[in-house]
Amino acid sequence: MLYIRCPYCEEYRPEIEFRHAGEAHIVRPTNMAEISADEMEEFLFIRENKRGIIFERWRHIHGCGRFFNCVRDAVTDQIIMTYKSGEPKPSDAEIEKAILALKEEQA
Amino acid sequence: MRKYSIFALAREAMRQHKGWEEQWGSPEPKSSYDVIIIGAGGHGLGTAYYLAKEHGIRNIAVLEKSWLGGGNTGRNTTVIRSNYLYDESAGLYNHALNMWDNLSQDINYNVMYSARGVMMVAHNVHDVQVLKRHVHANRLNGVQNEWLSPQEAKEFCPPLNISKSCRYPIMGAALQRKGGTARHDAVAWGYARAASDLGVDIIQNCEVTGIRRAADGSVAGVETGKGFIGAKKVGVVAAGNTSHIMQMADVRMPLESFPLQALVSEPLKPIFPCVVMSNSVHTYISQSDKGELVIGAGTDQYTSYAPNGSLHITNHNLEAICELFPIFSRVKMMRTWAGTVDVTPDRSPILAKTPVKGLYVNCGWGTGGFKATPGSAHVFAHTIANDAPHKINEFFTLERFKTGRLVDESAAAAVAH
Amino acid sequence: MSGLYRIAGKGRLTPAKTVAFSFDGKSYTGLEGDTLASALLANGIVLTARSFKYHRPRGTMTEGSEEPNSMVGVHRDTARQQPNVRATMQEIYDGFQAVSQNRWPSLSFDIGSINSLLSPLFVAGFYYKTFMWPRVAWEKIYEPKIRAAAGLGLSPTEQDPDHYANKFAYADLVVVGGGPAGLSAALAAAKQGVSVIVCDENAEFGGALLYENDVEIDGKSGYDWAKDIESQLAAMDNVTILPRTTAFGYYAHNMIGLCERITDHLAVPDADSPRERLWQIRAKKVIIAQGAIERHLVFANNDRPGIMMASAARSYLNKYGVAVGSKIGVYTACDSAYAAAFDLKEAGVDIPVIVDSRPDVDPMLLERARELDLTVQTGHSVIDTTGKLRISGIKVAKNGQMANTKYDVDALLISGGWTPSLHLYSQSRAKPVWDGEVKRFLPENPVQDQVSVGACAGTDDLSEVISDAQSAALAAAKSLGVKKPKKVSAPTEINSLYGHSGDHIGSSHGAGADDAVKAFVDYQHDVVANDIRLAVREGMRSIEHVKRFTTTGMATDQGKTSNLHGLAIAADGLGKEIPQVGLTTFRSPFTPVSFGTIVNHGAGDLFDPVRRTPMHDWAVAQGAVFEDVGQWKRGWYFPQAGEDMHASVNRECKTVRESAGVFDASTLGKIEVVGPDAAKFLDIIYTNAWSTLKVGRCRYGIMTHEDGFIFDDGVVGRLAEDRFHVTTTTGGAAGVLNHMEDYLQTEFPELDVWLTSVSEQWGVIAVQGPKARDIIAPLVEGIDLSTESMPHMSVREGTICGVPTRLFRMSFTGEMGYEINVPADYAESVLEAVWANAQKYGACAYGTEAMHVLRAEKGYIIVGQETDGSITPHDAGLSWAVSKKKTDFVGIRGLMRDDLVAEGRKQLVGLKTKDPKVVLEEGAQIVADPNQPIPMKMLGHVTSSYWSENCGHSIALAIVEGGRSKMGDALYVPMIDRTIEVEVVDTVFVDQDGGRLNG
Repeated sequence: MLYIRCPYCEEYRPEIEFRHAGEAHIVRPTNMAEISADEMEEFLFIRENKRGIIFERWRHIHGCGRFFNCVRDAVTDQIIMTYKSGEPKPSDAEIEKAILALKEEQA
Repeated sequence: MRKYSIFALAREAMRQHKGWEEQWGSPEPKSSYDVIIIGAGGHGLGTAYYLAKEHGIRNIAVLEKSWLGGGNTGRNTTVIRSNYLYDESAGLYNHALNMWDNLSQDINYNVMYSARGVMMVAHNVHDVQVLKRHVHANRLNGVQNEWLSPQEAKEFCPPLNISKSCRYPIMGAALQRKGGTARHDAVAWGYARAASDLGVDIIQNCEVTGIRRAADGSVAGVETGKGFIGAKKVGVVAAGNTSHIMQMADVRMPLESFPLQALVSEPLKPIFPCVVMSNSVHTYISQSDKGELVIGAGTDQYTSYAPNGSLHITNHNLEAICELFPIFSRVKMMRTWAGTVDVTPDRSPILAKTPVKGLYVNCGWGTGGFKATPGSAHVFAHTIANDAPHKINEFFTLERFKTGRLVDESAAAAVAH
Repeated sequence: MSGLYRIAGKGRLTPAKTVAFSFDGKSYTGLEGDTLASALLANGIVLTARSFKYHRPRGTMTEGSEEPNSMVGVHRDTARQQPNVRATMQEIYDGFQAVSQNRWPSLSFDIGSINSLLSPLFVAGFYYKTFMWPRVAWEKIYEPKIRAAAGLGLSPTEQDPDHYANKFAYADLVVVGGGPAGLSAALAAAKQGVSVIVCDENAEFGGALLYENDVEIDGKSGYDWAKDIESQLAAMDNVTILPRTTAFGYYAHNMIGLCERITDHLAVPDADSPRERLWQIRAKKVIIAQGAIERHLVFANNDRPGIMMASAARSYLNKYGVAVGSKIGVYTACDSAYAAAFDLKEAGVDIPVIVDSRPDVDPMLLERARELDLTVQTGHSVIDTTGKLRISGIKVAKNGQMANTKYDVDALLISGGWTPSLHLYSQSRAKPVWDGEVKRFLPENPVQDQVSVGACAGTDDLSEVISDAQSAALAAAKSLGVKKPKKVSAPTEINSLYGHSGDHIGSSHGAGADDAVKAFVDYQHDVVANDIRLAVREGMRSIEHVKRFTTTGMATDQGKTSNLHGLAIAADGLGKEIPQVGLTTFRSPFTPVSFGTIVNHGAGDLFDPVRRTPMHDWAVAQGAVFEDVGQWKRGWYFPQAGEDMHASVNRECKTVRESAGVFDASTLGKIEVVGPDAAKFLDIIYTNAWSTLKVGRCRYGIMTHEDGFIFDDGVVGRLAEDRFHVTTTTGGAAGVLNHMEDYLQTEFPELDVWLTSVSEQWGVIAVQGPKARDIIAPLVEGIDLSTESMPHMSVREGTICGVPTRLFRMSFTGEMGYEINVPADYAESVLEAVWANAQKYGACAYGTEAMHVLRAEKGYIIVGQETDGSITPHDAGLSWAVSKKKTDFVGIRGLMRDDLVAEGRKQLVGLKTKDPKVVLEEGAQIVADPNQPIPMKMLGHVTSSYWSENCGHSIALAIVEGGRSKMGDALYVPMIDRTIEVEVVDTVFVDQDGGRLNG
């Protein structure tokens, strides 16, 4: 059971309070009716599913009810950071910095 | 290959079993192959075996990043059944079921296929409608599946709780008598031995790190921990790692990988005669030849490559078991484990050519690939050999996610594999 | 008398408190505090079990949870029958009953031991090579035989009368293990004020200090020192001490699972007390102090009853006052076994020989042996044993030679050294690191916030153990934010006579590759050294293959004593070093845990909550039969005296159309959508348009996912420009709200809209039928109910029975009707008033079954029944509800995909059976040609099918390929025993022009 920090509540809570909501930063096209079959397939079905650092969405469904984003290492399950919906995708440098900070905290 | 039999066993018993051969070789990779299969699980090894046996291709390598049979083949709960709803799925899974019948004899390795019967129980009117829809469709498709009353279900599986006063009383069950279980390791090892005997190189501890393309975009070979290995055709059978491998050829997949847990109890004397699955209370259970109750349920909710799984999933799973079979409350959980399963949007597999010439993919079996192993391997071998799908797998394309022509067993049935 | 082998003055149990117990029906006397193993040994009983495969006689090997042999059934009563209990962990009580397992007819005479004769055939993996001919024989003959022979204990057969508890806890620090390391760490940390949970799987804290009576710390015995720390911990508010508690699982993000055993050791448990408690602890820091496990030695016939680990024998003596034999041999490669021999000798037990496979042994030990007049044979090995149901002798040979001397013994203590227990460390996904110098895997590379100390970290020296543990605790406290740690003093003087040096890993002399002997590696699974060699010979190069092929380490003890031996023998066969072959991963649980404990409160009534509507009691009073719909109990039908379901439903359906019916619709999901952009938002969420809906009107809406397939439906009323009352299906309520929140929060956050679930705030009373208005009119205030003022599909706010209501005029029956929404707390009393009026008009109460029939007569779909996640609104004949004007809604692009606009899609139609009396089976398949061979081409299936009393014939809805172009066609429904002819008809069977709605 993961231990997840809700960026709205600013609290750590056990995973059973949250509902996973799939890959993050998949933007719904504003011209939805006009996109091509390829674009539609990409939007609906194609997923990064990366064996490494991933961006995902969670909803604090049994808490504040908010959707938020999370950076997690899908190989170790370590959560690197969580941030609010609408905030920009963290850069590689920001992620590296956060990983370092976590290491220091543990040491 | 020295044939396995009771006579061979008796002969070896007289000389302390010193005469057994290696079941499969451990060769170093050649510089190139006609076909490379990435992933030495049951589906991959089986594909190599059928390529060699039925399509006359002998220059084959199966590359495995770890040890053969160590992925989902060696981690699943070994349920075998074919009572799928849609014609396309029923065709594929029933092809496999028919092959299970003779698999031990075909590969001269006892895979212990045990047609103990797979019973799916209904707990409400909706379940009854869904399961009956399956029973009727299966019958007209030539797939054995029958409807049982609660009393008949209890007779078939005495530990079943059919009390009307329990939370979700049982309203009936669909039984596929030919369904059952098999010994998972034996499937991987048997195929490995049989393929190795036909000249297939099985190369373990050989992780693929890249897929090299020729100037025309077609497959030229793979980069591995043991160097570059050339290949005319590459079949990816990498289960949870499929997205990762396919990315190496710039093919982006409609897949997500989830941890899937299972557990066994301590060994008990025979108490549980069949396989029981319940969709409404989310669990399935059988008893192994060793006496362990083998229990599984759904995946964790988040994608992950960490084969861990969480305690609350085990908790939900065992709640369901103790609800259906209250006598097992005092039985003890002996071992838990998890695998990484790759799941497609329609919960049906992809067994197909890809946009890259010479690259084929067999993936997306989600939580239920073991049962399909022989059938999947068989038609995938056909697909690779002929550069065209077998009639049985022609629906299981990558293109279906563009057209919307899905084979959506989960939406139709909401039945776990 | 508590056993002939109990030595006066030894051990720490109170001799006065005896308890009566039985084993295999025979009565014995033990002492309070005994385990079953110690009590049996005290009574001279060494034969406790039969092995898994060969049914060889077996006895207790250990004194702890690593026990591979002594597994018994414990019977408290007929329902409380516990299989596979380790005799070494089970404390006895007065009246305690245990039975042996896996034997027939008796433990001393077991027919199954014939397998031992066949053992030349039954080598590792033999079953993969045979039983294949004839094909059917596997399933019919061989498999049942194998199954009957396998397995250990018997499953319980009655419902478990006990209950179990659960506790979620948070701790700054969890310490696993209550030996010297764990106690020191816990106390050092606790003194810094951080919260500490410390657990130990045994009944008593102290670990090895419970039996290592050569240890003295600051002038106290090791035992007293441990007890002193324990009492200090017990007095601290920030410490939770849990004996009899096993840390069984180490999960992601530092979550530890504990199983606390509460009543299994009690003669008369409190009925209110849980049997066991699950602890799910989120720890900021974890200190693992699991200790080490003594290994056996792998030599010929090393499994006879009476052979046990040296430390176990020492423990039985020093804790329980039990001598494990009267003539005890010792065979060791480790110093610690000498301590056992010395203690036993000093207690007056005959020790004929100490055999040490090492040529060079610590002179101090040899000197002490001489003082005690003990024979030590260094550079020698035990190459075989004799005896049937108990060891009777050993054969001792010089290493490298087979000429041997025989010694008569009735017990043999063995020690191959100590294996650090890496189970939890490995479960935390950390990789063990091989230290070639000490020949141990060590927990040196943690990946979670965790550290290992003491013997499990490979530390043998007690002062080092204690100082390491204290440092680890202080480091943890510091990292937890303790700024100025309080000083923790280490003991100034620690004396212990005997160390733990010396190891032997792999097979011993006389059990080499060319020796055709049974030298057991894994006792519980009957895996011998030659099985492992066979696996290697057959090409198994990964330790995982060796493990799976031989099943070594896969028994209930997870190879606690055997794994390293197996690995060494495999490595030897492969000509590789141990770390090159690698260690298998340890899996949760550390020791087996009852299902009941994992389930804890989630059993029986609390398995899944039951949801009841605010009008549930009314339905009960009306005699309703209920059905489960998700978690809800819904009134299914309301039989009157003498009526079966069919008769009841027929009456209900007829009454609704003739007069009226009252129905509890409260389970429908209800969401209030409020805000200036509410209509705009609903335009996105539904396929149809909402901006055009006038205040006071309602509309049926369809929701699809982006893929274009129907996902939910319901009627939405507009209460104000900025306020909508949305209804969803019963099962879809939570999903729809989640879906709406998702789009609102993440895709359209600029919209000013609020969503509130009001499903449980409103009770909903449906009154349907020609008399509906007459029934409710007298109760309603402030609303003009006339059709002119309040036509079909409108909504008004007013009061009913003085209670505020949102009154919908709508219909799911095809009759004129109302759905009265009232605050849930008033629902039942309003319903009583409505019901009183309804009865005046001969109206009935109707349930979900009648509701289903009535709506099917009108061709209204039920999402999840007519649709299944592959049906578009067009397929379902609801194209009118898909806006052609909107430029965006969820599903707009999905609906345009090639396959969704293709010809020949399955479409919703009505079916009439040729024989009007025949009611089709829901789920039945439809074909055009019933005489075609199997596999048949199926066109679709029956989604809903009922007897319609109103129509006087059966009716059905179906999904049929190209269905709307097949009107009037004859199709066929092949059943097992017959084929039913049907005609494709319109989906509406009653009141095609809808006139009754406006009545």
